Amino acid sequence: MSWFQKLLPPKIKRRENIDDKKNVPEGLWHKCPACQAVLYHSDLEKNFSVCPKCNHHHRITARTRLDWLLDAEGRFEIGAEVQPVDTLKFKDSRKYSERLTVAQRDTSETDALVVMQGSIHTIPLVVAVFEFSFMGGSMGSVVGERFVRGVQLATEQNMPFVCFAASGGARMQEGLLSLMQMAKTCGALTQLSQSRLPFISVLTDPTMGGVSASFAFMGDVVLAEPGALIGFAGARVIQQTVRETLPEGFQRAEFLLEHGAIDMIIDRRQMRNQLATLLTLLTKQSAVAEIEAA
Amino acid sequence: MKITFLDFEQPVAELENKIEQLRFVQDDSAVDISEEIGRLQKKSQTLTKDLYAKLSSWQISQVSRHPQRPYTLDYIQALFTDFEELHGDRSYADDAAIVGGLARFNGQSVMVIGHQKGRDTKERQYRNFGMPRPEGYRKALRLMKLAEKFDIPILTFIDTPGAYPGVGAEERGQSEAIGRNLYEMAELRVPIICTVIGEGGSGGALAIAVGDATLMLQYATYSVISPEGCASILWKSAAKAADAAETLGITATRLKTLGLIDKIVSEPLGGAHRDYPAMMQAMKKALQETLKQVQALPVNDLMQTRFNRLMSYGKFKEVEV
Repeated sequence: MSWFQKLLPPKIKRRENIDDKKNVPEGLWHKCPACQAVLYHSDLEKNFSVCPKCNHHHRITARTRLDWLLDAEGRFEIGAEVQPVDTLKFKDSRKYSERLTVAQRDTSETDALVVMQGSIHTIPLVVAVFEFSFMGGSMGSVVGERFVRGVQLATEQNMPFVCFAASGGARMQEGLLSLMQMAKTCGALTQLSQSRLPFISVLTDPTMGGVSASFAFMGDVVLAEPGALIGFAGARVIQQTVRETLPEGFQRAEFLLEHGAIDMIIDRRQMRNQLATLLTLLTKQSAVAEIEAA
Repeated sequence: MKITFLDFEQPVAELENKIEQLRFVQDDSAVDISEEIGRLQKKSQTLTKDLYAKLSSWQISQVSRHPQRPYTLDYIQALFTDFEELHGDRSYADDAAIVGGLARFNGQSVMVIGHQKGRDTKERQYRNFGMPRPEGYRKALRLMKLAEKFDIPILTFIDTPGAYPGVGAEERGQSEAIGRNLYEMAELRVPIICTVIGEGGSGGALAIAVGDATLMLQYATYSVISPEGCASILWKSAAKAADAAETLGITATRLKTLGLIDKIVSEPLGGAHRDYPAMMQAMKKALQETLKQVQALPVNDLMQTRFNRLMSYGKFKEVEV
């Protein structure tokens, strides 16, 4: 509580609290869910949506990430022509086709994966990024097919492939078709590997279920963002099964690093540079600075 | 063995009970009631036939989990000779939820691997209800690599509610273990035949189900999530499991139409548990035929076909953008 608030009589204080939310103009301020600090939206953005106070990595959209990651020149999207269909005529409380329409309207994406060819510090590559706000980043036929097309293009063009995962798992509304995407994505990676091209897998918040249990851990190098939730089964399911409290920091990136499941945790602000360094090392190219100078 | 009847089979159960009673009466009576027994048996048969002719997805799901259904070791015992079980993942433990080993099928060396459930409470616990931990999948992969080294075909049997959701399983990399198998199985240079014999529960099933042919028993199920799990997430009520089962499309016929499985193996009337010998016969025939087909392909063609098959999975549209 600030000294100014302390001076105010209690009634005014209460009123102010009630109006707290209303007074904040939409989009100008942002409250960090981790440390509750109220941040200027533009400050947060300048800091790659990492809280300057507590380093909490906020979730970001796929296109924002691609924008921050790739060189401005020479980007083009892969697989945008692949779009979802409701094969099973799936219906729960709502039809799958309706859920798709809503998700497409809310996110301006056609499905939960955006794939682009581009470069990082002039190093050419193909990058696939999950859009978590599109039905929880769930993997259905379109995600699988776009992933595969990205991998195939990387193989043909002799480029590394990088994937940023952010997903709740397989897309239930596509039934077994979505489960098979796990096998499909892994299968595609075997070809990249046979061409001795690197696959770097970056696990961001959250990477769970069918995405976690397929290509996510098949990276030649597996990276994670700080604090990212990564696991096979959800905490609620595990708790119901084992009926014990889960250990501190369970399924967080730091927990996985400690258990030997990932290679390293990389701060989002260093991601672009460190990815470039890793790629140059893996492909035996000169250091990033030298490439850029040339 | 006394047959356990499922809820929807209660009319059949009542008839069978009556037959049982009559038999008991006949034993110490001078009156011949065998005719009556015969009549009731016929009636029971017809009733079962009618019931099974129009099973709902949810009912099929119950049959696939029937406690008397043949499990992996039952098939191994009936169809294979010289089974030598091999244990352990060489780094942590031996997971009893997956069994595997070398055996002969029609005299030929094969590697056989499958999920294993338990029959009684004690064995169920020992087998962890057929829910493998990472070491189970790593054992399976070790055995598959061994088979590849000696050019031995692999037969897998799938029957699991899913991979085990536990703290230790997460700590030891359940995700990595499953993903690793999917990846490695895509490029193993020996024929792989996968048969779903009971429950094909999500990633935990798929982790030993990538191969050149997927067979499925008539009343087996194969799904991305259990009907109960799906219902509790999407309907917020596990009571909607029957609806979920229907819409998820988990049955053999539905999956065959979708092109996700290759062959349906017919079960005896009333399900595999009603007639073990008949089931084993059908399975033997199906495996024999499929093995012959996949073994006829030169290994490079086999690999290319498997790869194309994997890449063909999925339904989407292509539009101008």
